[in-house]
Parts: sequence; C-alpha cells; structure tokens
Amino acid sequence: MIPVDYYIILSAILFTIGALGVLIRRNPLIIFMSIELMLNAANLAFVAFGRSWEITSGKPFYTGQIFVFFVIAVAAAEVAVGLALIVEIFKTKKNINIDEMNSLKG
Amino acid sequence: MHLSETIISLAPWLVFAPLTGLLINLIFGRRLSEKAVGTVASLASGAAFVVSVLLAYAVSINHGEVMRWRLAEWIHIGTLNLDWTFRIDSLSTTMMLVVSGVGTLIHIYAIGYMHEDVRFKHDEGRYTRFFIFLNLFIAAMMILVSGDSYMMLFVGWEGVGLSSFLLIGFWFEMDTLGRPSWANSDAAKKAFIANRIGDFGFLIAAFLMFWGFGSLQFDQVFAGASSLSAINSPLTVAITLFLLLGVAGKSAQIPLYVWLPDAMAGPTPVSALIHAATMVTAGVYLVARSAPIYATAPAAQYLVAMTGAITALFAATIAVGQYDIKKVLAYSTVSQLGFMVAAVGMGAYTAGMFHLITHAFFKALLFLSAGSVILGLERGHHHAPSSPTLPPKGEGSHRPLSPRERARVREHHEIFDPGDMRNMGGLRKTMPVTFWLYIVGTLALTGIFPFAGFWSKDEILLDASLHFTGIYWLLTIAAFFTAFYMGRQIWMVFFGESRSEAAAHAEESPKVMTLPLVVLAILSAVGGGLNLPFEGFHNLGHWLSYTLGEVESLPLDLTVAGVSTLLALTAIFVSWLLYGRTPLQAGQIDPLKRLGLVFTGMENKWFVDEGYFAVIINPFKKISQFLADVIDWRFWHDFVHDTLIVGTYNWLSTIALDHYADQKGIDAFANWLGTATQWISENVRKIQNGFVRSYALAVMLGVVLILGYLIFK
Repeated sequence: MIPVDYYIILSAILFTIGALGVLIRRNPLIIFMSIELMLNAANLAFVAFGRSWEITSGKPFYTGQIFVFFVIAVAAAEVAVGLALIVEIFKTKKNINIDEMNSLKG
Repeated sequence: MHLSETIISLAPWLVFAPLTGLLINLIFGRRLSEKAVGTVASLASGAAFVVSVLLAYAVSINHGEVMRWRLAEWIHIGTLNLDWTFRIDSLSTTMMLVVSGVGTLIHIYAIGYMHEDVRFKHDEGRYTRFFIFLNLFIAAMMILVSGDSYMMLFVGWEGVGLSSFLLIGFWFEMDTLGRPSWANSDAAKKAFIANRIGDFGFLIAAFLMFWGFGSLQFDQVFAGASSLSAINSPLTVAITLFLLLGVAGKSAQIPLYVWLPDAMAGPTPVSALIHAATMVTAGVYLVARSAPIYATAPAAQYLVAMTGAITALFAATIAVGQYDIKKVLAYSTVSQLGFMVAAVGMGAYTAGMFHLITHAFFKALLFLSAGSVILGLERGHHHAPSSPTLPPKGEGSHRPLSPRERARVREHHEIFDPGDMRNMGGLRKTMPVTFWLYIVGTLALTGIFPFAGFWSKDEILLDASLHFTGIYWLLTIAAFFTAFYMGRQIWMVFFGESRSEAAAHAEESPKVMTLPLVVLAILSAVGGGLNLPFEGFHNLGHWLSYTLGEVESLPLDLTVAGVSTLLALTAIFVSWLLYGRTPLQAGQIDPLKRLGLVFTGMENKWFVDEGYFAVIINPFKKISQFLADVIDWRFWHDFVHDTLIVGTYNWLSTIALDHYADQKGIDAFANWLGTATQWISENVRKIQNGFVRSYALAVMLGVVLILGYLIFK
C-alpha cells in the first residue's frame, strides 16, 4: 500500500503549483484553474488522511471524504460566481486582464 | 422678698422697653404721624423709667442688697465666664433713674423741638429716625449702667458712642446753620474717634483685668483687687490708668475733651440728653463702679482727681470766650464733668454722683432752654419785618420787585446764626417762660443757695478742702469762672436791647417744649434735697453706701460754702459790670477784648484744636498720605501688584503656559498626532495597490508565517 506521505507530497506539489499559478498568471481563467488545483490538492490530503485514519483505527471513517464533497460543491459555486463576474467585467472592459482590475486601490 | 423678686424679673425691660419703641418706629414709623412717633418713643423711655423706679424700690426694701437677673448665657470660653446679667444695686438704679427720667423729659421736648427745627423741612423719615436713635441711646445707656461685668458695660459704652455718633451727625449733610457742608459729619467723626481712643484704654484695662483677676465680673474683680495690688501694684496702676483714658474719652476730660464742644452740631435735645445729662457721665459712673480698684491705687486716684480739676478750670476759662449759646454750655459741661471726675477721683463718690444727678437736671434744663431760645430766634427771624412781603399770588405776581425789596430779600437770605449770643439780647420780654427757666438753671449751675448745684458742688469743694488743697483751689477758681460765664450769658441773651430783628421778634416756644422744662426746673431747684449736709439728711450717701460701702458724710462747712457763694456772687456782679450795666450794642466788640491775648486764647479755645492739628492730625494725615500714595499706591499697587504680580501672571500665561505648555506641549502633541496618522496612512495605503495577485501573495505569506509560527513555536 502506498504510504500517506506520498499523497501529502503530491498534495503539496499540486498546491504549490496552484498557488504559483494564482500569483503568476494574469488570465482569470487560468487563475480559476490554479485555484481548482489548490482545492483539489486539499481534497487529496483530506481523502488521504481519512483513509489513513480508517486503516489505523480499524473503524469505518468517512469524514474526510464527506468534506471533499463539500469542497467540490463550494468550488463549483465559486466558479459559477467567478465566471459570471468575469463575463460582466469583459462586457465593460472588453478585457479580462487581472492587473487592469485595480479600481479599489487605496 | 417675694415682691422684690417679681420686680427684679422686670429688669430686662430696662433695655427691652426702649428697644420695643425703636422697633415700632422702625417698622411702622413711616405710617405713623409725627405725634405718634414721638409718643411711642417717649412711652418707651417712660416705661424704662417706671421699671427703674420699681427696681429702686426693690433695692430699698431689700436694704441695698445687690440683686442680679440673669437673662442669658453670653460668653463661655475657657476660664472666661460671662453671662448677660443685670445688676441691680443702689448705684446702678441711681443711674437708671437719672438716665430714663431726664431722658423721657427730653424725648417729650424733642417732639416739639424737632418739628420746629428749620432744618427739618417736614421730612417724616428724618423725624422718625431721630426718635429711633434716641431710643437706641436709652437702650445702650441702660445696658451700660445695668451690666454686671466690665464686658457688658463695654457693650453699652460702645452703644452710646454709636448713638452719639449717629445723633451728632444727624444733619450730616449740612452745617449747624443748614448750609450744605460736611461740618456736622466731621463733628460726628471727631466725637467717634476721640471716643475710640478712650475705648481703646477701656479695652486694654479690661484685658489687664482678665489677666490679673481671671474675670471681668464686677464682684470677682473687686474681690481680687486688694490682694492683686499687694502682689502686683504696677498692674493695678496700669488698669486704673487705662480706665482713666476711657473716662477721659467718654466724659470729655483733658486730653480728649475736644469732641464734646463740636458735638453741639447735633440737634439740641441730643446735646442735652447725650452730651450733657447722661452719656458723658458714664465715665464718672465707671470710676464710681470701679471704686474698689481705685481704692488700691492712691496715685491713680490722685491723677484722676487732678485730671478732673484741671479740666474743670481749663474748660471754664474757654467758656468765658465763647459766643455761641450752646458752645458756652458745652464747655460748661466739660468743666462740670471735671468737677465730678475730680470728686470720684478723690474718693468722694457720693459727692460725685450727687453732682452727676443735679448736673443732669440743670444742664438738661439749660440746654433745652437754649434750644428754646434758638427756636425762638428762628421764628423771630422768620417773622421779622425785614423779611420781604412777597406780593400776593394772582394778578400781582408778575410785578418785578423794586430794588428796595430785592435788597430785603438778599438781607433775609444772608446767613443768620440763631445760636450766636451777639444776635440776641432783650429776650426776657419776648420769651418770659424760657427766661425764668434759664434763670433757674443758671442759679443751679452757679451754685447759689438753695438751688441743687449749691449742695452738690459744695460737697465736692468741701471734700477737696479737707484732703487735697490744690484741687480745692482749682475747683474754686473754676466755680468763679462758671458763675462769670453764666452771668455773661444771661446778660447777653436776656437783658439789654435786641441786637437783631430776629431777637426783637422772637416768640415763646410751645407747651410741649416748655412743660418738660418746668419739670426739670423744679428738679434743679429742689434736687439738692437728695443729700443735704445735715445729720439725717444724707439720703443719697446712705443710699449709695449700700453699694460703695461706708462713705464720708460731711456736715455743712460754712467757710467753704461761704467762700464759693461769695465768689459766685462776685463773678455774677463782675459780669453785670461788664455786660449788664452797659448792654452790648449790635456790632460792638466784647468788653473782655481789653484783656488782649488772654481773651484771644479763651475765644480760640486756647488753640487746643489747632495744637492737635499741628501735633497729631496733620502729621497723621501726612503719614496717611504717604502711606496711601507711596506705600499703598506706588509700592503695593504699582510695584507689587502691577509689576510683580501682574508681571508674573503675564509671564506665566504668555511664556510658561501659552508658549511652552500650550503651544509646545499640548498643541504640538495634537499636531504630531495628526501628522503621524497622516504619515502612517500615506505609507500604509501603498499596500492596498489594487493588484489582486499582490493581495494573494500577502495572504500566502500570512499563511506561511502563521504556519511557520505554529510549526516552530
């Protein structure tokens, strides 16, 4: 069986990739994808820990898996709102470059 | 015993009765008529007289035992225990009878006099005020004579001083002739200040008494007097001498007598009541009351007697040179007070008190008669034909006055002094009642047998001749002068020809004024019966011996009586030679001018006032001026106040508080707070740059930091 460490490391790599994507990219669509990566890295960690705990305790334990469903649901909702925002922004600015959206600066 | 206790419980009404009159007039006086105001005041004074009579009766049925009536607690501090206690004994009841008796008669007289006074001008408030002051005086005098301690005596002492001040300055906004001036108010101040000097002596004496005896209550002080003089005789002498200063102030003795002649600025009833009959005798009463202390200090006694004798002669000489009818009587009062003080100084308390009583009768009579003369002249001046007959109102009222009439008007409005004896003469025809009353008063004062003054003065002279020859001669010469100036006055005022239109048309005074005078005249005539120098007739001496212990009762000495009577008759004869045989003509100078410098001295009161001005008052004024201008104004005001204090405050407020504390402290802090906030926000706002990715980075770094903290803590 694959040790839990491997999952964690993969999860960390995925999260880092996602985070870097959020920080580096300017296209909101790519940023959404990166966020999706980060969320799924967390999901992976949840599932891995949940499974690991189930094996260690020898009792059925689904908390991690259930939490993942919540995250997926939230992610879907988030994307729905985010894409709607992007569409509206594009309608006014004819552009979706994230760095142009700075009208709330101090 | 039971009866006397009932009577003694009336003692507080000695004071309350006049106070009640005072309050009624004070509260309702404006609504009462003149007659009612005067009646209330007279009744109040009369009630005090009735109480005095009852108290005297109580003393006599108790055979002179001292009675006390404690009204209230007063001062209880440490070892000083003073109660408001009335002391009823033969000495105090004697004074009470004189004060309230003569006082009541003068109240009645004043009802008429104040109405007639030209200065009155129907000012109801003034009229009421006069009687309020008179009642205040009676109340204060009653406190003075009925007190059981030196402190209570002092309260009355100050009270009569206050009443005297108020009454001398009664017409405070004018002089004696009614012209606008501060002369009367100056006279009041002079009296008050001279009395204050005496009061200072009294107070020091009281302090020393408390120091020496531990008490101010009469009996306790007297009980300690003889033992104290054995231990500490300088203290006893000091007490008696400071008391003498008080006596000199109140009873107008050298060197403080100068206020009394000026006190004639007051209305004439006041001169009679306060400045002749009652208040000024307070000093004599004080010495008589303090007899046990004086008995232990013979040197002080001699000084008291000497002061009195010298004053008696000195004032008598001044009286010779006066022209104002009241001034003559004023100096006569000073002189007669000298007789009394000399008597009590010699230890002849009965003689002193006897003369006090008879003098109260005849001097009140003389003063009130003088007031009657003055008013008679006022009326005469008013009705004299030289006063212009103004054209009747109506058709003729616009007619211009002829030059002759204008001159008359001018003459009429010239100042006429109704008190100047040179304006009088021949009044015996126009004012017969007053004339005869005046004659009775004069005979009593000059000591002609058998009038009151003969007996009382003779007793003093007799006592002096037995013990103090020097004083005897001083007093005898004073008696000669007394007869002379009174003779001069009689000839000048009542005999000869009228020297002014006013005198020629003088009118007699109304009954309300003459009736009290008749009573006083009777008393002046028969008052000597109080204490005749025959075995079994020493009534007053016997009466006072209850309080003063055994006193000498001297038989009549024909030599002394003969010498004094002879001198008095001689003096009257001399005055007749000078003023009676050839009456003074209008504008003629006084025949005594031939004496030259001596008469100039008498006329000008031996320049004592001028001397006081040169030696004390002017330097005092200069010092006051210096203190006011230099010390107070320039030093305290300009330098200390304006420069130092104001400067310090200015420095404090502008430099220390404004510049440093406010501008550099509070203001600067508030400003710094503002700029600092501004600076911080300037810098902090840069973080909020609007780049979503930089926010994300910040979130990231935050997470990393928190995680790092959680991991590595």
